Amino acid sequence: MIEIKNLHVKIADTDTMILNGVNLTVKAGEVAAIMGPNGSGKSTLSYVMAGKSDYEVTQGDILFNGESILEMEPDERAVAGLFLAFQYPLEIPGVPTMNFLKAALNSQRKARGQDELTTPDFIRKVKGAAQHLGIDMTMLKRPLNVGFSGGEKKRAEILQMSLLEPKFCVLDETDSGLDIDALKIVSDGVNALRTPERGFLVITHYQRLLDHIVPDSVHVLYKGRIIKSGDKSLALHLEENGYADVIKEVA
Amino acid sequence: MNVQIKKTDAEEGIISALKSAGANTAILDKGLPTRRVEPFHYTDLRNLLKSFPAASNSGEATTVDALIDGATISFANNAHTGGAFPAGVTGSVLGAPTPVPADVVIDANIIGDLNEALVANGVVIDIAPNKHIDEPIILAHNVSGGASSALRFAVSLGAGSSATIVEHHTSDGASNHQNTVSNLSLAKDAKVTWVIMQEHGAETTRLAQLNIHLAQNTDLTILVLNSGGKLVRQEIHMAVQGEGSNVTIKGVNLIADNMHIDVTTTLAHNAPNTNADELFRNVLTGNAKGVFQGQIRVSQIAQKTDAKMACNTLLLSDAADFSAKPELEIFADDVLCGHGATVTDIDKNHLFYLRARGISEKVARGLLVKAFVEEVFEDLDNEKLGESLNARIENWLDINA
Ligand SMILES: Nc1ncnc2c1ncn2[C@@H]1O[C@H](COP(=O)(O)OP(=O)(O)OP(=O)(O)O)[C@@H](O)[C@H]1O
Ligand SMILES: [Mg+2]
Repeated sequence: MIEIKNLHVKIADTDTMILNGVNLTVKAGEVAAIMGPNGSGKSTLSYVMAGKSDYEVTQGDILFNGESILEMEPDERAVAGLFLAFQYPLEIPGVPTMNFLKAALNSQRKARGQDELTTPDFIRKVKGAAQHLGIDMTMLKRPLNVGFSGGEKKRAEILQMSLLEPKFCVLDETDSGLDIDALKIVSDGVNALRTPERGFLVITHYQRLLDHIVPDSVHVLYKGRIIKSGDKSLALHLEENGYADVIKEVA
Repeated sequence: MNVQIKKTDAEEGIISALKSAGANTAILDKGLPTRRVEPFHYTDLRNLLKSFPAASNSGEATTVDALIDGATISFANNAHTGGAFPAGVTGSVLGAPTPVPADVVIDANIIGDLNEALVANGVVIDIAPNKHIDEPIILAHNVSGGASSALRFAVSLGAGSSATIVEHHTSDGASNHQNTVSNLSLAKDAKVTWVIMQEHGAETTRLAQLNIHLAQNTDLTILVLNSGGKLVRQEIHMAVQGEGSNVTIKGVNLIADNMHIDVTTTLAHNAPNTNADELFRNVLTGNAKGVFQGQIRVSQIAQKTDAKMACNTLLLSDAADFSAKPELEIFADDVLCGHGATVTDIDKNHLFYLRARGISEKVARGLLVKAFVEEVFEDLDNEKLGESLNARIENWLDINA
């Protein structure tokens, strides 16, 4: 479903390379986890997948269902079914969360040639999804993410994901900032979306998320390269021993 | 040596207008103010004003919808075309200069002077003490056909009274010139919401003043929405003469390609314990030019003055330009005064976040610009008024942003 091939990325308008030949394939129905030390390029990879213009691909490709997405605009990628849950969701003053959700949902529907949702249908849909994630509807009347706690922001990201029903989801440290109960709620939310057609790339620092969202593969990103891949036991190994020996192997 | 500078077309036009009105042409002896005249530094009238058409005593009715329901007194160029005052209001329409309410001091510059010399019509409104007029009074002025028109509105609120007044300025696409001076006097405990809604055609010039005198414990809210015109200078001069008064000014300037809009406010705190809160948000496109000059003067007796002023600008084009000049002159020692001016572009990270959810660039920009300006008129006491102002803003953004 997602094939990242020999991906080299630099910061636009500079010579600073961040990703130095990433190879990664995630099949439909699978969950791949990426771990790695701070600053290794995990968020950069997620941003490049979503189409952020701060970065420039100098070599390699990203294929989504066999087709390159590199020339697509961020909104076209979203419409095609890609979703990124941000490590740091942005606060947007003046835009009520509900208005934003409606614009996102209806923009995607429109772009796919579907009818826009009526307001009552939309509200019903949001209410249902919010309830599952323990989100209070009054929070959604506030401007998008403004004054939301760290955990509330992460829940709001998952709310967007469940409303938009993407085909491939990238979750960038969605577990950080969540309390123990919220981690369970959010993981359940993700697991509810796991279907044979949908793929996930989960970026995390902690094994405990992977207890809830059990991955099919685990990859270690270091200095812009995947230096080790394995099954879920690799995450346990890293939790026990840290990154040192894995890094030593490639040094 | 007295060097005679050649008069511009606009200056010639004004002189002939003054002559045909039987007025003294002395106000033009020095010509129109240039950038060397401090208050006109960013709005060089001599350079910007290209012509001055002859006055017309008849004109077209406006095709623009009213902002809100109310008792509408209409003018087409210099002609009064209809309307009745609400019950409880003593009002008259004068085919002649209106007297200035007691205590209102007119700022003597070319805008006031022109009005003094050329004023041809207007209204006088008196609201008796303790009368509460719920129905908004709308002063609708449409200029058309390439004419000039000068009106004056004089409004006095008696002690403990309240009212909402809306100036609604519109025009057709011709090169019109509109000059209006509004003089407002609030007696003790009076409360007023004064709206200036300006949606002129793309070739109309508007030079205008609102001069206000506030007695003690008065409550003044001014809402300004500028969304049209070629050259607009809106001055608001306020003298807070009574203790315990409260002034709120909220404004939005939507300035499209090739327009020049200048809002100049002066606020004199001449009594203790008064508050003022002034906020302008501006959006500019294309080659638009915007100016905000905000002066706050706190005299020595005006202890415990609390005055805030903010002016935030969003430039949607590299060619657009905004000049902000906040000015504080404080002679009292126990005061809280602050001002802030910012100029920004749309935040590209915000834009990316919205687009990452499938919202197209155009729609995402629209949401962000809208959020920036619509905040101003949210949470007004008069919700309907806020909604109508925001509907106008949305309409403008759909067309221009
Ligand atoms: N726009 C940018 N400008 C400059 N440096 C950048 C930019 N984006 C990323 N970097 C740098 O690239 C490196 C990788 O950053 P990235 O955010 O991808 O790391 P990460 O693996 O997600 O780290 P963490 O685990 O702390 O979230 C860091 O050194 C970061 O400072
Ligand atoms: Mg990161």
